[in-house]
Amino acid sequence: MQEFVEFTLGGITDGLIYAAIGLSLVLGWRGTRVLNFAQGGMAMFTSYIALIVVDAGGSYWLGFVVALASGLLLGAVVERVVVRPTAGKPPFNNLIVTIGLLILIEGVAGIIYGSKNRSFPAAYSIVGAKVGNFALGPGSSPSAIFTAASVLAVALLLAALFRFTPVGLRMRASAFSGTVAQLMGVRVGRMTTLGWALAGLIGALAGMLVTPQTFLYPNSMDSIFVLGFTAAVIGGLDSPVGAIVGGLLLGVLLNYVTGYVGSNLPELAGLAILVLVLMFRPTGLFTSTATRQV
Amino acid sequence: MTKAASLTVTDVVAGYGSAPVLNGVSITARPGTITAVLGANGAGKTTLLRTISGFVRTRAGQVSMDDISLTKLAPDHIARSGVAHVPEGQGVITELTVEENLSLGLLLRPRAERAGALDDAYRRFAVLADRRRSLAATLSGGERQILVIARALLSAPRVLLLDEPSLGLAPRIVAQVLDLIRRLRDEAGLTVLLVEQNARGALSIADRGVVLNLGTVVAEADAAALAADVQLRQHYLGF
Repeated sequence: MQEFVEFTLGGITDGLIYAAIGLSLVLGWRGTRVLNFAQGGMAMFTSYIALIVVDAGGSYWLGFVVALASGLLLGAVVERVVVRPTAGKPPFNNLIVTIGLLILIEGVAGIIYGSKNRSFPAAYSIVGAKVGNFALGPGSSPSAIFTAASVLAVALLLAALFRFTPVGLRMRASAFSGTVAQLMGVRVGRMTTLGWALAGLIGALAGMLVTPQTFLYPNSMDSIFVLGFTAAVIGGLDSPVGAIVGGLLLGVLLNYVTGYVGSNLPELAGLAILVLVLMFRPTGLFTSTATRQV
Repeated sequence: MTKAASLTVTDVVAGYGSAPVLNGVSITARPGTITAVLGANGAGKTTLLRTISGFVRTRAGQVSMDDISLTKLAPDHIARSGVAHVPEGQGVITELTVEENLSLGLLLRPRAERAGALDDAYRRFAVLADRRRSLAATLSGGERQILVIARALLSAPRVLLLDEPSLGLAPRIVAQVLDLIRRLRDEAGLTVLLVEQNARGALSIADRGVVLNLGTVVAEADAAALAADVQLRQHYLGF
């Protein structure tokens, strides 16, 4: 029973990190129909920026804010400079462009920061809580609670932005039908840039949350990105709620696999889940084929 | 109520690819009138509206609303200038609710006016009030047409461009839509440029009519005069 609770709590924490990456992919996909394969690399790069701030004597929280601001800016710049020129071109072009961007970012990070693993501070203690003699594991630590709270807060803020604000309505209209949005006076390009900027911010948040567990190096976000991508696919790529649920399902399932089957299997299990979803429910759990735009 | 504007298209050449669809088209829609743009498939009617609203680039000529040049402006800029375009195929965003679709139109109004304008729209279009929380995807064809017209009106346009509003609708609904367009002119004083395949219906409510053929204006006159011209009707209007 203790193991089950420990694996479940750990899975929820990991799942919310995958959900954050998935959410960032969904934001970019909804606005531009482009899957940003560089999202993990961008998160890695903003984590390096945070580490520089922390190492230079700034507080963790200053680094945290700088990382999120960098993610926001990087997302906007990538949309304007890299993604927008591929608009209207064959879909394969933007796929190649974002993969190329990932290679570029990881290469630049290697040149600037080197390739050695660097430890990264956590916001709070990573020691799990105990109830009497019952240890709840790292998934109950203050750091895990911070991870869960920050991802859920961002998800709720995004939901409120989309649901209750004029700019959210403009963003959704631009994502669903750019032509109609333009007819209603919406500056679709600005909304797209904003969507990518928010995606960059959420990716940066995911980087800050996961890097204390993984160390920081130029490829440190690659496997996290694959799992975040899987979360987004499970959710249906178009659905922010789907990305959250997909991330949670994936995180919990992979923790059970790690805990009960073998610690070397989670990446393999993640890929197996991705293949199964693509085979049997390619539109994901939260997107109907009737409304899916391709 | 927003003051209606005149819309002037002067010697416009526009199209897709290398061959122009419009070859020197000139049309004037006077304030507070309905101008019907008629012609067979491929005459250039939809391209004309898309050129006015900025989706098709003008290669030569001018488009202006009162004294404001719309030529070369981006579509969203033209919309914010007061031109509302209801495209062929309805233009409903099916993933949004009825109220969210309507709210898109409201975004072009000052914040203080929005709630009152939405209430007015629900009073005028009761069918939308009943379905305000429903996804637009669940509406019938006629309800969708009313929704896009209502959404365009909520943007407080000075000129309304309607592209085939009766397309695919049952005859009874077509009559309702045409009556709605007539009332927009009579009660709201709106300037309407109405593209229609249903020439008989369009001329029955229009003040002026323009007949396009292969991208050029072949006739322009009062609607009643066009409707009475048997030769023109047989050649270009099909009734």
